Amino acid sequence: MNYRDMSMAELLALAPPGWGGVLLDGLWLSLQVAGGGYLLGLLIGMAGAAGKLSGGPVIRDLLACYTTVIRAVPELVLILLLYFAVPEALNQLLVMVGQGEVEIGPFAAGIAVIALVQGAYATEVMRGAIRAIPDGQIEAAYSLGMSAAKTFRRITLPAMLPGALPGLSNLWLIATKDTALLAVVGFTELTLAARQAAGATKHHLLFLCAAGVLYLLVSLISNLVFKALERRATRGMSHG
Amino acid sequence: MAERRLPPHRLVLIAIVGLGVTMMVLQMRWDWLLDYRDAILGGLWLTLVLLVTTSVAGFLLAIPLGLVQATGPRPLAWLARCFCTLIRGTPLLLQIWLLYYGLGSLFPYLPGVRGSWLWPYLTEAWPYAFVALTLSFAGYEGEVMRGGFAGVPRGELEAARSLGMHPLTILRRIWLPRAVQRVLPTLNGELIIQLKATPLVATIAAVDTYAVFGRIRQETYLVYEPLLLMALIYLILAGLITLAFGALERSWSRRAAGD
Repeated sequence: MNYRDMSMAELLALAPPGWGGVLLDGLWLSLQVAGGGYLLGLLIGMAGAAGKLSGGPVIRDLLACYTTVIRAVPELVLILLLYFAVPEALNQLLVMVGQGEVEIGPFAAGIAVIALVQGAYATEVMRGAIRAIPDGQIEAAYSLGMSAAKTFRRITLPAMLPGALPGLSNLWLIATKDTALLAVVGFTELTLAARQAAGATKHHLLFLCAAGVLYLLVSLISNLVFKALERRATRGMSHG
Repeated sequence: MAERRLPPHRLVLIAIVGLGVTMMVLQMRWDWLLDYRDAILGGLWLTLVLLVTTSVAGFLLAIPLGLVQATGPRPLAWLARCFCTLIRGTPLLLQIWLLYYGLGSLFPYLPGVRGSWLWPYLTEAWPYAFVALTLSFAGYEGEVMRGGFAGVPRGELEAARSLGMHPLTILRRIWLPRAVQRVLPTLNGELIIQLKATPLVATIAAVDTYAVFGRIRQETYLVYEPLLLMALIYLILAGLITLAFGALERSWSRRAAGD
């Protein structure tokens, strides 16, 4: 293939001689991993915040270890640990109890890593937001006979949203950018797709810049969405 | 500080962790440590050098970036905001590759570059790593500094101006120190994020801690030991940063209290 004399439009075209389709496929994979990891991370964060605020001393200590370790170890190292060490240990364990081996693909490992990292940060974000709710509101809910689950769903969750949203929107942006790290284990998300296109065509600057533009679009659009969500969550409150 | 008694559940947890660590030390293979001691120390050195130099350089860049956004003329403020958005909106790995593979592939074709004194540096990996990490730190910290500058109470600046201070003197003596003091608590987190970003330079063949352990993994075929030790090393480095900042913040607040 002679990529040398192709124009920019031809190189970025979606159909095969161009590499635009490969980039978009990479973007789609990135978004899937980021979305899956983010949602799972939110669940971990919710459970973590609940545990830190109202769990017993052992649970609180364990959660403190979790958030401290995850936030101090580089994501790249965590990816290697989860991609190479955890499946190995899991399989040894499975063989010991007489089960077959399982294989953890890069997609699942990617979602797991991002969920673990996001969970640690989300725990702190949500803990802060829940603590900022006046005690009286929650006590009022209990005094009206609401169950703990109902109180959480109807009072705590909506009341903590305005405080948590800025942090959560930041976490989403971190999630989309963290997917790039999966390139080191050979997962063809956007960054690695761009690198492959660049390597094949020798147009390094063009493809890496194109990937950058796609990432930038994602973060700008996400910003708009989260701004709108924030406006919705804080409606009725005074906008200082 | 008075010695606090450890609650019993914590003693149990510590005992369990201690048991786990002892098992790891005794059961796992660590004989490779001696062979790779120098390589690990070398990688650690590059990690630390990159962390310190890029943070300092990035912070120095962040000061004008923040100042211009807080008070500068429109076009400059706009440029600074674009730079911060660009850095914060794209993954650092992509930025590093863009510099190393993208710009790096252009340099040989520029006339005069091959013969210049810069050439020997441009063929190595660490200058690209340094520039990418510095720009990244500047982008994130520039945004923080903007908030720091904007948050200094107007009255303090007006008081300085009413005393006839030169604008540059105000910046040097009042505005900058007060802004830095305001962002100091966030710097701890930013530094740890920067530490966690340094392994990315291993992807462009700079031999830092992460790259050294990658080599060890390939050469010894060990699955757990190198990864666990590497995680422990980064954990300890992050802990040291936090301890250092705790001390720094205490001494700053003591000075601010006029002690």
